[in-house]
Amino acid sequence: MSERVVSPKIYIVILLALLLGTYATVQAALRDFGRWNIVIALAIASIKAILVILYFMHARYSPKRTQLVIVCAAFWLIILLALTATDYAKRSSDQSRLTPANSLYRS
Amino acid sequence: MHRTGELYGQFETLEQQKESAQLGMWVFLVTEVLFFGGLFLTYAVNRHLYFTAFGIAGNMLDLRYGATNTVVLIASSFTMAMSVWAAQTSRKKLLPFCLILTLLLGGVFLGIKYVEYKQKFDHHLIPGHSFDLTYHVNHPQPGDDAKELAAEREEIDNAARHEDPSQPENGLIALNAHAQLYFSLYFGMTGLHALHMVVGAGLLIWVIRESLKGRFSAAYNTPIEIVGLYWHFVDVVWIYLFALLYLINRHAV
Repeated sequence: MSERVVSPKIYIVILLALLLGTYATVQAALRDFGRWNIVIALAIASIKAILVILYFMHARYSPKRTQLVIVCAAFWLIILLALTATDYAKRSSDQSRLTPANSLYRS
Repeated sequence: MHRTGELYGQFETLEQQKESAQLGMWVFLVTEVLFFGGLFLTYAVNRHLYFTAFGIAGNMLDLRYGATNTVVLIASSFTMAMSVWAAQTSRKKLLPFCLILTLLLGGVFLGIKYVEYKQKFDHHLIPGHSFDLTYHVNHPQPGDDAKELAAEREEIDNAARHEDPSQPENGLIALNAHAQLYFSLYFGMTGLHALHMVVGAGLLIWVIRESLKGRFSAAYNTPIEIVGLYWHFVDVVWIYLFALLYLINRHAV
């Protein structure tokens, strides 16, 4: 068979990168970067996810049609999130403090 | 998934047969991406709408459990990747060893999740009749960090007073309602993820049994690869759950 066997060296490098990413994201979360906290956390999570998909899941070594399916998944997910965000971005944020205290909630 | 190594009639070569199995698994994973994607979207919208309540509720998760579980799951993904390598290179002793290690790490993850759920139960953070955001700060248990609890209490008091300075107790009722939304999503999302882990553990037990019979080799290892794809996908979902549930609310209040 002509399939590509990924060497354990690559797996070890990816493991170390993922552990480093986890350490970095926890350290970043403990510091106050204002509105950048969420950007940093999601950026590091995305880098980790891409490393897992490319190397552990062999996406990098897969046939083109498999790669197309993976890209489609990301594309549809982005449509789902981005189009909904355009709606909610226009609505006022944080109703926590606006909602009238409703005695129904008291249970 | 074909159950034996021989060529089925509808394929031209073994390589094509294996690629078809992998493609099929990826198509299934696409449906899973959109399944979890809907939950992520629900979380994002509600966090936008109830920002303060989600900030307070998110701070009540224990970062140590979340971070430990992330490391455990990443390690299990590594041992799973090594299983694929062991199968591809016909290392028939190493393969079951790596698979069993993966299963054990998955078990550790679920064990920590159990301890964490139990703690939330003790702190009255299960959505429903007894839900009370202030229960823990009012009933500290031995071993709790007093400073942390004081900060938590201040956070809750400030938010409640901000809502209605003359009657902060009304603000607290609203906060409790919206914090329940956070914990419903927390238990729903991590619970579904844990369910996927249980399914993955079942698949691992199956391939461990087959690998002990020496069925997998360089010539035939499709089930190991397919189970690996599933296991890594569950890892990817957790990477995002960890960021969204545990990390981004630390300074959100």
